Amino acid sequence: MKKYRILIAKPGLDGHDRGAKVVAHALRDAGFEVIYTGLRQTPEQIVKTAIQEDVDLIGLSILSGAHLQLSKKVIELMKKEGIANIPVFVGGIIPPDDVPRLLEIGVTRVFGPGTPLSKIVQEVREVLEGVTSTSGS
Amino acid sequence: MDHKEIAKLITLLENEPDRARDILKKLPKRICPVIGFTGSPGVGKSTLIDQVIARLRSAGKTVAVVAVDPSSPFSQGAFLGDRVRMKKHFLDEGVFIRSMASRGALGGLNESIYDVVELLEAVGFDYVLIETVGVGQAEVEVRYVADVVALVLSPGFGDEMQLLKAGVMEIADIYVVNKSDLEGNDSLYDQLIGFLTFAGRDALNVVKTSALNGSGIEELVDRIITLWKNFAETEKLKQLRKERLRHHTETLARRTLQKYLSAVDSEDPYEGVELALKFMCERLKYGQGGGT
Repeated sequence: MKKYRILIAKPGLDGHDRGAKVVAHALRDAGFEVIYTGLRQTPEQIVKTAIQEDVDLIGLSILSGAHLQLSKKVIELMKKEGIANIPVFVGGIIPPDDVPRLLEIGVTRVFGPGTPLSKIVQEVREVLEGVTSTSGS
Repeated sequence: MDHKEIAKLITLLENEPDRARDILKKLPKRICPVIGFTGSPGVGKSTLIDQVIARLRSAGKTVAVVAVDPSSPFSQGAFLGDRVRMKKHFLDEGVFIRSMASRGALGGLNESIYDVVELLEAVGFDYVLIETVGVGQAEVEVRYVADVVALVLSPGFGDEMQLLKAGVMEIADIYVVNKSDLEGNDSLYDQLIGFLTFAGRDALNVVKTSALNGSGIEELVDRIITLWKNFAETEKLKQLRKERLRHHTETLARRTLQKYLSAVDSEDPYEGVELALKFMCERLKYGQGGGT
């Protein structure tokens, strides 16, 4: 039976992971297996973890303002490692003006402050079901 | 085999156990020390493993870790947070860490653990470390999977009454009194030595550690390796592997029978089992149920 695995990661230097934990908890309660990296991860560490854990989706929680640089780096490394097919969600303090740029970089969904947890869970479901129908595993 | 391929195979073993036989058949049979770490939640198992990895790596050994955390009985979801303690090894190509949810298994591990360990041995790691879920008193399955079992304890564990209880306390080859930087550690250590002595067991394999500051880790790793070598030189390792095979077989048998049980609708539990077995035999006779 297929069980979806999601990596919740905290790239960069900000030390606030309440949001990441709340989202991880909601995804757990929605039936997903959630792997948490802990604070202050480099993009390299996140991508290596995604490979070893064979995750179906990566969620980046960024509150530092460095979301453009960090997301770009993660996605570049994912391409290099051949795992760019894994969807990347970004959540945190993201100015609305930056959303189109994040999507352009290759981020699949962006969630700013105040996003209801139910919306996150629902979009994770939508995206994952789309992913499995094309890749098969 | 690179980390990506290994990771994909583990996913397959977990999600499609019916394919495990074909996957493992293609790989060479190979043995390496399989070390289990068990103990109550919060005693420091993951942090201790982090230190053990560092020690093994400094000796040039490659290490695979499987860390199991519980699945929710309600949502079947899981929060897998063990690798948070092992961050400093994320970029090391000689270390492979995989988090795993227990998926309803009650023994402190996950049903696919036997296949996953066989895979990790086959692909050439020097050591396989298994971390169980935080256990209480009765989750002893790690005894059947690992060659050497380390039970991790920490101050606040309780008094001698806990040491006398059957179950988890009995399955350890090595007792680790962790958090030696905290007060209360010495009295637990002394009680444990006293208990093992009057129980007629080897009190030598009690090690005081602090996963926080690294004290005692070198001694712990030395004891683990010495013990495994002893096992390998005597008949003990063969016996352990035979036991592992038997429990692997039992797990497969249970899963196979469960598949047929779910198709049976009977008011009588005894009849239910009979019907499932009959159904299974018929299927096997026609060669449709060969797998598990």
